[in-house]
Amino acid sequence: MREGALIEARGLTKLYGGHVGCTDVSFEIFPGEVLAIVGESGSGKSTLLSVLSTEMEPTAGSVSYRMRDGSVESLFDLDEARRRVLMRTDWGFIRQDARQGLRMRVSAGGNVGERLMAIGERHYGRIRATAEDWLSRVEIDVGRIDDRPTTFSGGMRQRLQIARNLVTHPRLVLMDEPTSGLDVSVQARLLDLIRGLVAELGLAVVIVTHDLAVARLLSHRIMVMRQGRVIETGLTDQVLDDPREPYTQLLVSSVLAA
Amino acid sequence: MTDPLVSLETVSKTFTLHLREGTRLEVVADVSFDVHPGECVVLGGPSGAGKSSLLKMIYGNYRCDAGAIRVRDADGGVVDVARAAPREVMRLRRTTMGYVSQFLRVIPRVGARDVVAAEGREGGLEPDAADARARELLALLNLPERLWELPPATFSGGEQQRVNIARGLIAPRSVLLLDEPTASLDAANRAVVIELIRQKREAGCALLGIFHDADVRDAVATRVVDVTRFRARPAA
Amino acid sequence: MSAAVATTSTSDSTPAALETGYNFAYLDDQTKRMIRRAILKGIAIPGYQVPFASREMPMPYGWGTGGVQVTASVIGPSDVLKVIDQGSDDTTNAVSIRKFFARTAGVATTTRTRAATVIQTRHRIPEEPLAEGQVLVYQVPIPEPLRFLEPRETETRTLHALAEYGLMHVKLYEDIARHGHIAKTYAYPVEVAGRYVMDPSPTPKFDNPKMEMSPALQLFGAGREQRIYAVPPYTRVRSLDFEDHPFTVQRFAEPCALCAGTGVYLDEVILDDRGGRMFVCSDSDHCEERRAAGHRGTMLADGTVDGETTDA
Repeated sequence: MREGALIEARGLTKLYGGHVGCTDVSFEIFPGEVLAIVGESGSGKSTLLSVLSTEMEPTAGSVSYRMRDGSVESLFDLDEARRRVLMRTDWGFIRQDARQGLRMRVSAGGNVGERLMAIGERHYGRIRATAEDWLSRVEIDVGRIDDRPTTFSGGMRQRLQIARNLVTHPRLVLMDEPTSGLDVSVQARLLDLIRGLVAELGLAVVIVTHDLAVARLLSHRIMVMRQGRVIETGLTDQVLDDPREPYTQLLVSSVLAA
Repeated sequence: MTDPLVSLETVSKTFTLHLREGTRLEVVADVSFDVHPGECVVLGGPSGAGKSSLLKMIYGNYRCDAGAIRVRDADGGVVDVARAAPREVMRLRRTTMGYVSQFLRVIPRVGARDVVAAEGREGGLEPDAADARARELLALLNLPERLWELPPATFSGGEQQRVNIARGLIAPRSVLLLDEPTASLDAANRAVVIELIRQKREAGCALLGIFHDADVRDAVATRVVDVTRFRARPAA
Repeated sequence: MSAAVATTSTSDSTPAALETGYNFAYLDDQTKRMIRRAILKGIAIPGYQVPFASREMPMPYGWGTGGVQVTASVIGPSDVLKVIDQGSDDTTNAVSIRKFFARTAGVATTTRTRAATVIQTRHRIPEEPLAEGQVLVYQVPIPEPLRFLEPRETETRTLHALAEYGLMHVKLYEDIARHGHIAKTYAYPVEVAGRYVMDPSPTPKFDNPKMEMSPALQLFGAGREQRIYAVPPYTRVRSLDFEDHPFTVQRFAEPCALCAGTGVYLDEVILDDRGGRMFVCSDSDHCEERRAAGHRGTMLADGTVDGETTDA
């Protein structure tokens, strides 16, 4: 793995029977870098994210990750216990559907506190103080700390998901279409919040989106996927302003102002 | 003479429009010139000659098909933007190379002063210094103080442009690419920008710009490079 | 099980006649072996829920089918059986199960905690400290302590396997957030032998400390959910809590109205429609023994009260 890289994927391939999920995807991400994966539905971007999050094992290829102690581990060679510890401490996963990323029957405070309790925090007062701090950082009224996410708007639920994930100060956050399905004004606020937190905390992010404007606003680099393959990659503004591949040109020309 | 901060060598660029039956648009070909510290090189030539494209290629915003674009960073290392990995270009933009256009990409909900200061911090200023310099620049550019804490989204075009200039000039970067930064500014503010550019030159920056306005051009240019002399001949 | 002094039943005055045509204690021997294997595994891995092939029993689910199968698999002809339901020996459920074993196994039954070798219980642990050689069999409705937070069985099994118990504390956190204290008063989760988190069945949390380092063997059977788990004698059983909200048991302001007992779990009994009520021992055998020993509560029919009598 390259010096200083946080995560490196090599030749990731996922086949579903004869059907291709993604083929031969390679990339590396350094601390503080935001990589956007764009493409239409069926392009393989969600498959790639599922593999990266270790929810699915790849058919071929490997993912290396630099642990907090500096050692490099192959993600799919880690035993499940260590993998899960990694996922809930050093990684975050913001899902498109907040209902999958939150515990809907648990209060906002409990949602934020869960990771803390999972790593052994046993002081209620401290858990609550940390939850309050994070709620305010994601601009949720601290007075809502005991309310369940079922009573929250879509934008609030996404912000709660972010707080729930960031509370353990992860170094890598995966995001799956975090703003889709939200009103435009709500989207803008959420993107702005994510942008600020990513910069402030120096997070490395892999964000899957079909929305080029989201990629433009959040990411440093971009990977364009089509039919399971990466067809173009580079600096975000370069790929969006000077797209080379026919498909990328089509994507860029299909939006009003990305 | 000192080593150039920016050096272009036989740089060429062609757009291929796949959605237009693969039409090829040759933008520039065989461009070679240098920009040294303390220089303000102005690109000349009619619109459509490829001036903006050249600036964007140096900044890494457009790809370069052939040739080399060498930029010397603060540590004296030379990066060929035409071939550099995205991460290298990002580093160069952060530490060495600034780009000022007349259009502000609006960030919702962030106040004008912080839009400017954030760029200063990104370019290596300490938070307090960035904030102080942001105030200084906004004052110099005559942006009413009551607007400083407001997000520029609601500002007039001219006000947004001045925020953008402050943002583009705040960081202590040694290479500045200026794409018509003064277009549609009034005379007083044009004079401020001319003075700021002069200060950058004196500080040893290499500036490369496009200025439509002859007054400004004459005031800032140390040299004019006529882009038409690189212009590609139409394909036979 | 070790033979104890078989006392004649005090509540069932005539021992039931042994039914013919059934195997000893109803279950066939292969089934008992299967269940005993599950029990042994449970004892070997304290607090771990062992799946077992629960049989149809001649009683509906919810009436102790899991406990009955465990009891049937461990009981021997010389054992003495006590059955309690919420502390009481004489509710329908307790009487039925006691009769079931009297008729299918011919074992002696008792209501005396001290005299029993096997005690099947629904939702209480007797007040009388248990001794070595005694077996306490709990009837368990829902064995999975994580169930209400995580509906997926595959996930809860993984959580147990990896000892990921943060979720359990989320539940307790929610309690404090909502009520200002941990409001869970029964089925209060415990950590067994420093490893597995276990649901002690819906016993009041008052009884949790009795599980800690108990000399008796504690077996748990969930018939409908097909799980058996165990706490071997002298095992650490710690109730989960927070540093700043430590585990506490219920305290009662008044002593038992019948036997004047304190430090025991009391049931509230409504006396009339005008708010009249009394608190009496939930453990009926304990209460009776105390009264037999001369202790008198305020509401006992003869009117004398502990403290007023000269022998107190």
